[in-house]
Amino acid sequence: MTVQELVDALGLTVFCGKENLNQEIKGGYTSDLLSDVMGHATEGQIWITLQTHKNVLAIASLKELSAILLVKGSTPEEDMLQQAVEEGIPVLGTNEQTFETTGKVYQLINR
Amino acid sequence: MHFEYKVEGGDFTNAGTTSSEVKKMLKQLGVNPSIVKRTVVALYEAEVNIVAHAYRGTIFVDLEENSVSIRLEDEGPGIPDIDKAMEQGFSTASPEVREMGFGAGMGLPNMKNNSDKLIVNSVVGKGTTVEIINYF
Repeated sequence: MTVQELVDALGLTVFCGKENLNQEIKGGYTSDLLSDVMGHATEGQIWITLQTHKNVLAIASLKELSAILLVKGSTPEEDMLQQAVEEGIPVLGTNEQTFETTGKVYQLINR
Repeated sequence: MHFEYKVEGGDFTNAGTTSSEVKKMLKQLGVNPSIVKRTVVALYEAEVNIVAHAYRGTIFVDLEENSVSIRLEDEGPGIPDIDKAMEQGFSTASPEVREMGFGAGMGLPNMKNNSDKLIVNSVVGKGTTVEIINYF
């Protein structure tokens, strides 16, 4: 499933990275602990989190994740957004909670 | 090949900049992607530790024919008990740093898991030196 397909299926907000929505999602990782993601997420995964600062972007970029999905109606902080635009990493948003979001994403990408 | 980078303590806005530059360089030089990935995880954690705990530091990267060695030297409070610091879940990070999702006590374990050789030396009140070596 591509990032665009996930956006359409769940009606997600796209804060930036529209040019890279054709990327394939190769799994997901849900965590708000940055070192957990750094240590255990793998390339191409979508990262579900409530963290909204610039370091999230640094990790997504270093790990070559396919997208970041912010839960609970969170919006990226200005410098995170700016960095995401520069790096072309899609930052998405949903109003739903982490549990519901992760469940739905899991269902969709493992169909 | 030898490269040097400066890191400022407390500067979370730029945390990871050096890791990103080193990653780009290793990729360009054709280093095996899986080694680049491991090296970058270990380096990022070490870089963030300077930002979170030290006043300032320098990162020295040496690329040899069959290895990459990274030495991170900081001026800072040092680590009183390195064995303790290596334990999963142990952290002395401030509440502010934890709120950002850092300080979960996973940094040093991540470094260990992602380097072939990890050497940590520290003098309390002076600073810490971390050396990460990965072989091709």
